[in-house]
Amino acid sequence: MVQFNLPDNSKLTDGDYYKLESENKRVKKFKIYRWSPEDDKNPRMDTYEVDIDDCGPMVLDAVMKIKNEVDTSLTFRRSCREGICGSCAMNIDGTNTLACTKAISDVRGDIKIYPLPHMPVIKDLVTNLKNLYKQLKSIKPWLIKQKQEATDTENIQSRNDREKLDGLYECILCACCSTSCPSYWWNSDKYLGPAVLLQSYRWLQDSRDEERKERLKELDDTFKVYRCHTIMNCTQACPKGLNPAKAIAGIKQMIAQQ
Amino acid sequence: MSNPLSPHLQVYRWQITSILSILHRITGVVSSLGSLIIIFLLFAIGSGEDFFDTVIKLANNLFVRTILIGLTFSYLFYFANCIRHLFWDSGYGLDLNTAKLTGWLTVFLTVVLTVIFWMMVMGIF
Repeated sequence: MVQFNLPDNSKLTDGDYYKLESENKRVKKFKIYRWSPEDDKNPRMDTYEVDIDDCGPMVLDAVMKIKNEVDTSLTFRRSCREGICGSCAMNIDGTNTLACTKAISDVRGDIKIYPLPHMPVIKDLVTNLKNLYKQLKSIKPWLIKQKQEATDTENIQSRNDREKLDGLYECILCACCSTSCPSYWWNSDKYLGPAVLLQSYRWLQDSRDEERKERLKELDDTFKVYRCHTIMNCTQACPKGLNPAKAIAGIKQMIAQQ
Repeated sequence: MSNPLSPHLQVYRWQITSILSILHRITGVVSSLGSLIIIFLLFAIGSGEDFFDTVIKLANNLFVRTILIGLTFSYLFYFANCIRHLFWDSGYGLDLNTAKLTGWLTVFLTVVLTVIFWMMVMGIF
């Protein structure tokens, strides 16, 4: 059932204000979603002033600066700080993206940061991605051969066939796309969502895979693929510039052509 | 304490693509309901001069007129955007910039066609 409003325990309240004692004029306000499992309070929006002349260029730099210097309890995931691990995916300035590749200067005015949308919050900006991983597993994201015995040669692929995987294999599974999708918000129990479907398409396109028919049969029901209505929030959000909407359209065509 | 649900619709920035997507759904529903009005108009034509005159007078009422203009917009938008969807379903126009461009084109065409249609109805054109 579609629920547009947030449940009572998820409604946002005003939080604390951390003022910066500084002569500097270039102060930016970061409004960050906070929730802790340790008390029974509702989520709140804390505001932190950051001197952006004394901070790295990216939103992640500012968030880390806040954690290091102002409030050590601020919780978020991050690792590579260069857009390849996908850990620091969050909702910044209204759209999902990686904090490490989003420049502070790209946002006019205050920077609002929320966790990935419509997900269970574990703490602050950390969400529970269990369901997404379960769905990923369900599409068998690995190479399947009919004969499983060991051979002496590699699984050879032509240059052309390899090129079919461009724009698909680059996905880092940050979940920006799936959690940007209204269809996924309302139907994440049955609809696989853009991230998982792009992965699915990656294996459907692999010339070495011998499970195509079975894979398509698995996908062919009213929910798994067809809840995609080409809203395109996914493609708009992808921090790697990939196009999940196009991949899903590709799957629909493959099913239709069977 | 159960985990809260992170904000979604409340905070997500609208894009031209997502606005047109929800508008597609809305105009779809409105167009279906609006077909009852079309049926009523056909019924009026079949019911003879007197009743037809009454209906036309009613249609000239500002409030009714506004509804009819809205309905025209709804039909034309749904029609134009359906063509966009047909291209998508055949695998074309799915790149982000193309989708945005065809989105704006759909809005432009809908407005222009609605204006032309009503200029014709009012005998200006």
